Amino acid sequence: MKHIDEWRSSTLACRYAQAVAQITTRPWSIMEICGGQTHSIVRYGIDRMLPSGVTLLHGPGCPVCVTPAGVIDAAIAMASRPGITFCSYGDMVRVPGERGSLLSASAHGADLRIVYSPLDALAIARKEPERNVVFLAIGFETTAPATAMAVLQAKREGIVNFFLLVSHVLVPPAIDAILSDPESRVQGFLAAGHVCTITGYAAYEVIARRHHVPIVVTGFEPVDLLQGVYLCIRQLESGSAMVENQYSRVVPREGNRGAQEAVAKVFVVQSQQWRGMGEIPASGLGLAPAYAQYDALARFGGRAIPPEHSGVCISAELLRGRKRPAQCPAFGTRCTPEHPLGATMVSSEGVCAAYYRYRRSEPTPADDKAGAAV
Amino acid sequence: MCLAVPGRLLDIDGDDALARQGRVAFGGIVKQANLAYVPEARPGDYVLVHAGFAIAVIDEREAARTLDFLATAGGSLEAGS
Repeated sequence: MKHIDEWRSSTLACRYAQAVAQITTRPWSIMEICGGQTHSIVRYGIDRMLPSGVTLLHGPGCPVCVTPAGVIDAAIAMASRPGITFCSYGDMVRVPGERGSLLSASAHGADLRIVYSPLDALAIARKEPERNVVFLAIGFETTAPATAMAVLQAKREGIVNFFLLVSHVLVPPAIDAILSDPESRVQGFLAAGHVCTITGYAAYEVIARRHHVPIVVTGFEPVDLLQGVYLCIRQLESGSAMVENQYSRVVPREGNRGAQEAVAKVFVVQSQQWRGMGEIPASGLGLAPAYAQYDALARFGGRAIPPEHSGVCISAELLRGRKRPAQCPAFGTRCTPEHPLGATMVSSEGVCAAYYRYRRSEPTPADDKAGAAV
Repeated sequence: MCLAVPGRLLDIDGDDALARQGRVAFGGIVKQANLAYVPEARPGDYVLVHAGFAIAVIDEREAARTLDFLATAGGSLEAGS
């Protein structure tokens, strides 16, 4: 398949791995932001192709993982009400809140529908006007334009039985929070290519300057990731700290203006809770006053108060790049994808789920190395 | 979650700014995608689809340039400040 196969070429990937080895003179720690990138790295063993001193840290880039348990509890409460049809992306339905998951609510009679797009939820609202249809709107900047368009269409058509439980999050404030942490080990970033497809990368230039870290806007296939690492290390070795764009076939510097305008119309930027990271100022989206009629929390009650993180799960440390899955006493024993203790295990893009799927039976030298360094 | 898949735009249906859509082929699978965010897309273009929306038209020239990067060793890609 064009635009996929060529970026999975093992010949080209090996050439990049050699090129990285040639320019690397000392240890470096680089964080990839996006859960999709984490999944690719672990699946294809990209980290194992790098020199032993180069560590890839896995960042908080899985929206499913960082959605507060309180939002999931609010979703469950809402889904369990009579007359409500609750729509969610498939990734979200197994994530545990404090009181079960959406899937367990469905087993107890909730009308839960798994959708691929918010437009599918809107289509249900159109088709079933007697039902109140609530869509669980999660995701980064990549996904917010899809939510915004569903709202714009609903408004234009005068649809009154469509609502949103919004928990959209924004990436740059999270990067800023990670880099502002005195314990941060991150020396360079691979920025998430599909987030930047929407937003562009001007905001990352500010972060690169402020924290003096190189940031490489990077794609998702093995050659993309290795090229991103190569560009990042080339900057680190030369003391440079700017934004480079590895994913230029998709990402223009200014991003997608139409999508930005739709998001700016429907949403306002607000403070946001991140599961595992706490509250980060200006890191989330809420409905703008002109679209308040679509706010499911306002319409059906309930407040999304995130409970404190507790228990043995170390996902809070994982999401900040401080620890690796192998350092968790529950990993692969008490905590598995079937019985997750934290969201980094339940989402397929969560770092624990990726390690469980591809690395369970073999504690890796990379893990040992990272463990020793923390 | 931010998974987006490249596919070839086969045809375009309608000209409504919010609801314009097209059929996109992903290998052997064909799905509808909303095209509101890629007004420049034309049939035959490769588009990147996320959550039912095309979010970018893939720039063939940049794709070729990025693939050739190592061949022009020491070359530089697009960089911000």
